[in-house]
Amino acid sequence: MTLLAVERIKLFSTRSPYWCSALALVLGVGLTAIIAASTDNGQLSLGATQFGSSQLALSVVLVMAALAVTTEYRFSTIRATFLAVPNRTSALVAKTVVVAFIAAVLGEIIAFGSVGIAKVLSPASDLAITTGDEWRHVAGVGLLYGIGAVIAIAVGILVRQTAGAVAILLVWNMLLEGLIGIIPKVGVKIQAWLPFMNANHFLQLGGDNPAEQAGAGVDFKLSQWGSLGYFAAIAVALLVVALIVAKRRDA
Amino acid sequence: MIEAIGLTKRYGRTVAVDDLSFTVQPGRVTGFLGPNGAGKSTTMRMILGLDRPTAGRVLIDGKPYTELNRPLQTVGALLDAKWVHPNRSARAHLKWLAVSNGLPKSRVDAVLEAVGLTQVASKNAGGFSLGMSQRLGIAAALLGDPKVLLFDEPVNGLDPEGILWIRTFMQNLAAEGRTVLVSSHLLSEMALTASELVVIGRGKLITQSSTQEFIDRSTGNTVLVRSPQLFKLGPLLVDKGFTVRDGADGALSVSGATSDQIGDIAAANGVVLHELSPQRGSLEEAFMQLTGDAVEYHAEIGK
Ligand SMILES: Nc1ncnc2c1ncn2[C@@H]1O[C@H](COP(=O)(O)OP(=O)(O)O)[C@@H](O)[C@H]1O
Ligand SMILES: [Mg+2]
Repeated sequence: MTLLAVERIKLFSTRSPYWCSALALVLGVGLTAIIAASTDNGQLSLGATQFGSSQLALSVVLVMAALAVTTEYRFSTIRATFLAVPNRTSALVAKTVVVAFIAAVLGEIIAFGSVGIAKVLSPASDLAITTGDEWRHVAGVGLLYGIGAVIAIAVGILVRQTAGAVAILLVWNMLLEGLIGIIPKVGVKIQAWLPFMNANHFLQLGGDNPAEQAGAGVDFKLSQWGSLGYFAAIAVALLVVALIVAKRRDA
Repeated sequence: MIEAIGLTKRYGRTVAVDDLSFTVQPGRVTGFLGPNGAGKSTTMRMILGLDRPTAGRVLIDGKPYTELNRPLQTVGALLDAKWVHPNRSARAHLKWLAVSNGLPKSRVDAVLEAVGLTQVASKNAGGFSLGMSQRLGIAAALLGDPKVLLFDEPVNGLDPEGILWIRTFMQNLAAEGRTVLVSSHLLSEMALTASELVVIGRGKLITQSSTQEFIDRSTGNTVLVRSPQLFKLGPLLVDKGFTVRDGADGALSVSGATSDQIGDIAAANGVVLHELSPQRGSLEEAFMQLTGDAVEYHAEIGK
């Protein structure tokens, strides 16, 4: 508990998490507002409210989480941390828990905020969240952010510098996994096992408009909750590797 | 007490620290002296568990740093004053450190007061001058009221006032019975601060001795003596086998003897002394000679 308090103080005594959160909120909810405003009133579907949260804002949250550890390396406060808490694994796990929790809360705010703004701008559309699938589609965004933050922190620990970690995360999430689909035949088979593809699979609403669904056309082998578990397992595996590396190398 | 046993650190092919053993006793300031690149910072990082030794070990009061419970209450360290987030206030920096080691918030105010930063405590550390950063680093080191303190080149780049402040501060800490280890590449600085020296060159131990003994040895024991009774003292010193030469202003320059020895001889023979000063003018040169080929940047210094 002490270590969680420490990481919370560290995070909230600098400005970057506030800026990143604000940016994610503006981008996520803002994109939904634009979509809602440009869709005929009554025609907007719930599935269209989460483009911003699940794509654009997610990238900002990944950057925020990576920054939480790479700035520590950049300014060598990681050394001050390890002097105060020589058990590096505990210190880094505490940081991961705090950042992942904040990311998850932010995800819920952005997801429900997006639905809210869509309701305001397109009052005639049916945007009620009633079925379990609909709840998963909206509330699941927080889980995605929380787990995504774990991946970002693991990458941050491994790479140790902001530019590298951010580049890896953005290229991976926004470009690489999508581009692999271009490979004939095997591309979509590989995609079925890529972490962010599975994360998006988890969010899929299963509506009749396939264009609304990220990862459309990929033949996933896992159930939607199975995909989330897979995404989480990859995040935990990466974190374990990062913790082992951090423990062994010189700070 | 700090105890290094066969401490070795290799970075690839560079041997930064080579089979280094020494001890640091409480109640005095121990200087950790060596030219740039000798391995002082590396040794300090190993003492603090930041770098993993390739071989050997180092214990603080019998335990490796990483096994200390709430380490800030046992050891305080200032390795680099810039190890703070520039957009975090001085108080917030100290606050998270305090919370991490179960220290009360009152300690934060106490150490801010002790280093004279109370007025600027809510300002971001990034805007601090080097001197202020150094004080913040010292505040962090003192937070847990530790028995052991480590400072790496604390006076580097400071103005004379800052240097004096740190020097006095460290001596006071030692006088309170704490173990103080402070590194420097300047013998002249160490001569003023430390009473005990651990001298290294190229990662190897050159000597561990009292500062006085080290200086006497490395300056060839030249002592300047002024006395109205030099005609009496001179032959006595020659009898003891010391080399005596005429110095400036009718003084004597004595080689091979410590000031202690000369003082004793003078007293035993009722000789009045007006001046008895070990010659430190060539200290740095003598240090270079002593560390000899242990000096990493020999060619540069020789110019
Ligand atoms: N992290 C590192 N990686 C590679 N070489 C290093 C590292 N840290 C120190 N060194 C090398 O080890 C030697 C000792 O450095 P250092 O401990 O900083 O000396 P000092 O503090 O006495 O000036 C130097 O040759 C330096 O270049
Ligand atoms: Mg150094």
